[in-house]
Amino acid sequence: MSAFIKAISYYLPEKIYSNTDFFKAFPATVSQKENYARIGVVERHIVAKNETASDLAVKAALALFKEHKVKPEEIDFLLFCALEFDYMFPASASIIQAKLGLPINAGAMDYSLGCSGFVYGLGMAKGMIESLGLKNVLLITSSTLTKNIHKKDRSSKFVFGDGAAATLISSGKKNANISSFVFGTDGKMAEKIIIRDGGARNPISKNSFIEIENEHGNVTTDANLHMDGAGVFHFGLKTVPAMIKDLLAKEKLNIEDVDLFIFHQANLFLINSIRTKMKIPEEKVFNYMAGVGNTVAASIPITLSEAIKSGKAKPGQKILLAGFGVGLSWGATIIEL
Amino acid sequence: MNSIEEFTKGLEVEFEDLEPGTLSSATNFRSIKGWSSMHALIIIAYIDANFNALLNGADLKSAQTIQDLYNITIEKLK
Repeated sequence: MSAFIKAISYYLPEKIYSNTDFFKAFPATVSQKENYARIGVVERHIVAKNETASDLAVKAALALFKEHKVKPEEIDFLLFCALEFDYMFPASASIIQAKLGLPINAGAMDYSLGCSGFVYGLGMAKGMIESLGLKNVLLITSSTLTKNIHKKDRSSKFVFGDGAAATLISSGKKNANISSFVFGTDGKMAEKIIIRDGGARNPISKNSFIEIENEHGNVTTDANLHMDGAGVFHFGLKTVPAMIKDLLAKEKLNIEDVDLFIFHQANLFLINSIRTKMKIPEEKVFNYMAGVGNTVAASIPITLSEAIKSGKAKPGQKILLAGFGVGLSWGATIIEL
Repeated sequence: MNSIEEFTKGLEVEFEDLEPGTLSSATNFRSIKGWSSMHALIIIAYIDANFNALLNGADLKSAQTIQDLYNITIEKLK
């Protein structure tokens, strides 16, 4: 039985941080409004202080159950992807399993990935369904990265938003499927997107909170997100076209054979640069970031969900999904709904 | 490869918010009004899209002027 994406729902936290709020907080950036507009984000949702990635995950899954009439007892396995977990252990997936009332004979596990995480989850879910005979895998991808952004890190504050998506991957629908995959990792570039302190390698210390300012005036600390914007941009332009080329070769397809491209919503400027480089027609790329920002592992399913709702993504089409980010890590696949 | 004049003019257009004639080959690009991380991305995208050379963060750090960017691009194309 081949695996396919049966349903997606998502949840966004209530609090909104708009560009008006941003330019008020950073008056020096007002003269750069036009350049900021090229990033493609107008507002983002921000997680509450007492809310965690697993809380957003539960809300996204409850929305999935309600909107698509899915029963918790139908779930065979829960995959939870995030960068922020509730405890050192147990896995947040255990907490989510209990809150959602998933069966006790369902498997549940966490994995730590960012913007490539949804594609990796699809790969694992496909394997579980097609090799292990499971029927319904619930993949929840959630991000609360704004909690870890330094209040004076303008670039990251502008780009990122919080949210969670719940995707049901099931077995057995004629013609709907998930194709082969390409994956990639370059741990030598791990420093490009990192929070250095707070894990086992560097416990939080006094030095974790020393402010570091980069040449663009963005301030962060080792307890907060460090992102090398130019380095990540270079990575995206270098890796994503090559990854898509590899996947198309593997599937014996050309760009013209793909009906829709959904990229991780890193930022509009990078996606447009990748699209131009690959000569992909503009109408074949669907973006959804203006109202949500870059939601890390939740960004591809949120965008896909909106593509389906708007009628842009239809059954029978070949839809290419490409994720890339922290790791550095990347992955792509083609789905048919 | 375009001349340094064409290279400079093309980059000026990409920056959008600059008055025509603001940039010259000797301009220190970090001194342009409102220099931000977005400008660094624009430089990388401009050179990649128009000259098929992909600059990385270290390339940008080593450059001060538009002429430096032009020279790095030529080196990459060799």
